[in-house]
Amino acid sequence: MPITKDEVRHVAALARLQLDEAAVERMTGQLGIILEHIARMNRLATEDVEHTSHTLPAMGNVVREDVVHRGLDRDSALANAPAREGPFFKVPKVIEDQEA
Amino acid sequence: MTEAITAHELRDRVKRGDISAEEATRAALDRIEAVDGRLRAFLTVTPEAALDQARAVDAARRRGDRLGPLAGVPVAVKDNFCTEGVRTTCGSRILENFVPPYSGTAVRRLAEAGAVIIGKTNMDEFAMGSSNENSGFYPARNPWDLDRVPGGSSGGSAAAVAAGEAVVAFGSDTGGSVRQPASFCGVVGLKPTYGLVSRFGLVAFASSLDQIGPLTLDVTDSALALQAVAGHDPLDSTSARYDPPDYLAAIEGDVKGLRIGIPREYFGEGTEPAVEAAVRKAIEVLVGLGAKAEECSLPHTDHALSAYYIIAPAECSANLARYDGVRYGLRAAGAEDLADMYAKTRAQGFGAEVQRRIMLGTYALSSGYYDAYYLKAQKVRTLVRQDFERAFAKYDVLVAPTSPTVAFKLGERAENPLAMYLADVCTIPVNLAGLPGLSIPCGDDGGLPIGLQLIGRALDEATLLRTAHAYERAVGFTPRLAPADPAAGKGGRA
Repeated sequence: MPITKDEVRHVAALARLQLDEAAVERMTGQLGIILEHIARMNRLATEDVEHTSHTLPAMGNVVREDVVHRGLDRDSALANAPAREGPFFKVPKVIEDQEA
Repeated sequence: MTEAITAHELRDRVKRGDISAEEATRAALDRIEAVDGRLRAFLTVTPEAALDQARAVDAARRRGDRLGPLAGVPVAVKDNFCTEGVRTTCGSRILENFVPPYSGTAVRRLAEAGAVIIGKTNMDEFAMGSSNENSGFYPARNPWDLDRVPGGSSGGSAAAVAAGEAVVAFGSDTGGSVRQPASFCGVVGLKPTYGLVSRFGLVAFASSLDQIGPLTLDVTDSALALQAVAGHDPLDSTSARYDPPDYLAAIEGDVKGLRIGIPREYFGEGTEPAVEAAVRKAIEVLVGLGAKAEECSLPHTDHALSAYYIIAPAECSANLARYDGVRYGLRAAGAEDLADMYAKTRAQGFGAEVQRRIMLGTYALSSGYYDAYYLKAQKVRTLVRQDFERAFAKYDVLVAPTSPTVAFKLGERAENPLAMYLADVCTIPVNLAGLPGLSIPCGDDGGLPIGLQLIGRALDEATLLRTAHAYERAVGFTPRLAPADPAAGKGGRA
């Protein structure tokens, strides 16, 4: 088996995806089939091959003049927020209460 | 629209005053009203905004202003193009109510060219899929046979143009998502060279592969539509510093002496005989016009698929990390804390295929597997590029099928993700190498369209368009609209 159920649970945690047991089962089977096919590329010798991360010719870092541009105003940036409070995005509590 | 009219014809009629932009827009909206209930090519239609834009074009004409190259042409864009004030879902429940505060560069350039944006087309969720069945809302249908898929992921855009709901549509192509639906719906679909069209405002899937391209009724429209959006954009750091040529001028001219390579790996097992026959017949037409064709080899083609299904998911797992229920989109209710909110939101908001790809990509990038999968895939990507470099030392254009099959039935491949992936074998290598690819109609099998794919050197869209245009003229191609009728396709091909 190219990938185990425990590995699938671990990867789901990394990917911030809540999978129930049925989903873990299904995902393990499907990813296994796909990874088995992908493993065919291991037959190719690539020790001396450079990697390709993009295909643009002669592309270095792209920089621009450091000048001030007008960006989105705050209300536009917040307009799609599922929850907001004043000028902030509001999220569930992150930090535990100090005293119990 | 109930008769096929191309963008270049329509634009000329609008300029002459034979038809107003408003009339042309109403005709497209009427067609949507008449057929989209069954075709489902659109996720959002914007009639009021479209009619406003059309009236602005008509007012400009009355004033004697110079009209843009797409003046009055009804254009649809895939729902992963950000449109200011208009819902942009990416075909996903997670963005069901997302209204972008800005428009992307391609959309802005289209508006500047006088195009009338009539709506947002259906797609596989986050552009992941080859059939439109992964739409988070409802699958679009093939207008030649409503029981069949229009292809994907830009299936809604292809169906809309084929059925006359829009004169031009735009899509995005990461592994074939413009070319394959163009092939299935019998329209012209162009994936330009990586970097030629700005992706500012295109919702990212796999950033080293994604490219915007037009779907049109003929090759002249493809050149016209490409011209409107191509060229450097400082807002996209991967935009090529390149001045595009005059594509409309470039499509004229013949193909005498053109060297065509026919990659044998693109006619592999699973290629339908009717598809192979139509493609070979099209090559004969080009040879009849003075081109020289011979078989060639792109030996790493099979491995391209493996590399793609590591690289694209890896990039998607990073790009889709932003959908976390904080700044926009869905937020799941009833979470205990922040981490629980992320995990619940993403599980509820993403469909099965998107979750599969996120998992695959996260796995490939995770500690202990990075070298074995991601780095290996990037090296295989180099071998795929080198295959093309060697071929283009000898040939000007490579010609092959766009898809090994014609449009398949809804549900036929839904239970087998790998089979769906394998069917993209003819289009994926082109994205890995960053090259331009063009799909044009070259016949049909029992009424279902077949696509001919032309692959060119980087930034040599001109040669692709010229070759395709020569083919169109030689066969006397005239576009016709698909019926999008419940009776269509029945009793035809089994």
